[in-house]
Amino acid sequence: MRASFLASRNLKEIVRDPISILLGLALPIAMLALFTQLGRQVPNAAFQIDNFAPAMIVFGFAFLTMFSAMLLAKDKESSFLLRLFASPLSSVDYMTSYAAPMIPLALMQCVATFAIAFLLGMHISASVLLATAVLLPSAILAVGVGLLMGTLLTQNQISGVGSIYIVIVSIFGGAWMDLNLLGGVLASIAHALPFSHGLEAARAVFSGDLSSIIPHLIWVTAYAMVVLVLAAVAFRRRMRA
Amino acid sequence: MTLTDLSAIRTTDITKTFADRTAVDSLNLSIEEGELFALLGLNGAGKTTLIKMLCCLLTPTSGDAVLLGDSILTAPNAVKQKLNVSPQETAVAPNLTLKENLELIAGIYGSTRNEARSLAGEMLESFGLAERAGEKAKTLSGGMQRSLSIAMALITNPKILFLDEPTLGLDVRARRGLWRKISALKGSITIVLTTHYLEEVEALADRVGILHEGRMRAVGTIEELKTETGRDSIEDAFLSLTEQGQ
Repeated sequence: MRASFLASRNLKEIVRDPISILLGLALPIAMLALFTQLGRQVPNAAFQIDNFAPAMIVFGFAFLTMFSAMLLAKDKESSFLLRLFASPLSSVDYMTSYAAPMIPLALMQCVATFAIAFLLGMHISASVLLATAVLLPSAILAVGVGLLMGTLLTQNQISGVGSIYIVIVSIFGGAWMDLNLLGGVLASIAHALPFSHGLEAARAVFSGDLSSIIPHLIWVTAYAMVVLVLAAVAFRRRMRA
Repeated sequence: MTLTDLSAIRTTDITKTFADRTAVDSLNLSIEEGELFALLGLNGAGKTTLIKMLCCLLTPTSGDAVLLGDSILTAPNAVKQKLNVSPQETAVAPNLTLKENLELIAGIYGSTRNEARSLAGEMLESFGLAERAGEKAKTLSGGMQRSLSIAMALITNPKILFLDEPTLGLDVRARRGLWRKISALKGSITIVLTTHYLEEVEALADRVGILHEGRMRAVGTIEELKTETGRDSIEDAFLSLTEQGQ
């Protein structure tokens, strides 16, 4: 109950910032429209709407990382977090209240992107619901990375590190190209990171290859759990510092 | 009745050392219930470190403090439920309205949504902020943000209130306005005030503690400090007690 007040505040802080909406929703949707059009001119499997819509959702999740990181860092630097630390909230309450508001935002990203994808010609069926569920571990991973960054870094540092993170998600997530085209070490790195697995799990839903969903999900979920634990430990240390 | 029974705050040899320095050094202090205690010191004297320890934000290296019967070491949650703090910098949520800021703090201290709404309304009226209740906190002037920050600290009905330089950067009128609000609280809440404004201390404090290089140099009423140092003003007494090498 106590944490729900802070969670509600955190959601309001994000949605009341128009830049958040622009980056988190409008940018991935604009990219979806642009590259789907491009895919019609230059045939590329990555830009086919069934492949590209989930890719833009995973790309959009990188902005959840930025939202959660910046919000936490801003609170940390403004003394607002000091006020909260003096309250009876526990470290679990904090982590929950900074992470929970990102889930409805992630769902909004999924709904908005699939809705636009439908207008662009994607066949929408019940598989969209399964794809949304399959994408949630990627959203949780994104939020975990954000909480870790927000705990450890300043706002200025997050601007830089966050930009690098978005580039890494873009390149190694497999949104723009078949990762095997990267070749050698880069392809191995891409497959070792969780981003492409989140995307491949969602793509498997649309291709009907349901048996390959679970291995990809295990990969993403394991990363998400490790990152969340690291974020919780870092936050706890921060509270006691 | 023992000293413990009267004390809202009692520290016992509380010490905080960082890697290369001792910020607070074996400090023993007793503050009575309902007292407004001003904590003075030069920058780096250890005031903020002491307050952070008393608010359970920093763990002492050694020693302890008991706030209304509960130790900051063994019962920090019980301690936190009894106190609130208005930090040095204005600590409000900028994109929330004034009312939402107040409801947030009431909520995280355990009020239900209805209770939080009702308490927020009372605080807005009490601090003369009701007309701007629906505006975002970031649109307020510095003085009004300070008022909101103190209202956020009071909405939980704390037994002990820490005010860390509450009037820093305010103009004279806003400062006097806040003094009136703080004065009205005297007797009902134990207040620990840190400030660099000595006229603020004269206007508000029941007793004063002068911290220098992590040690409490003197504690007493303003008159007692003047007498102790043989000076005519609190400013001269303060300077005398915080001379280098003291």
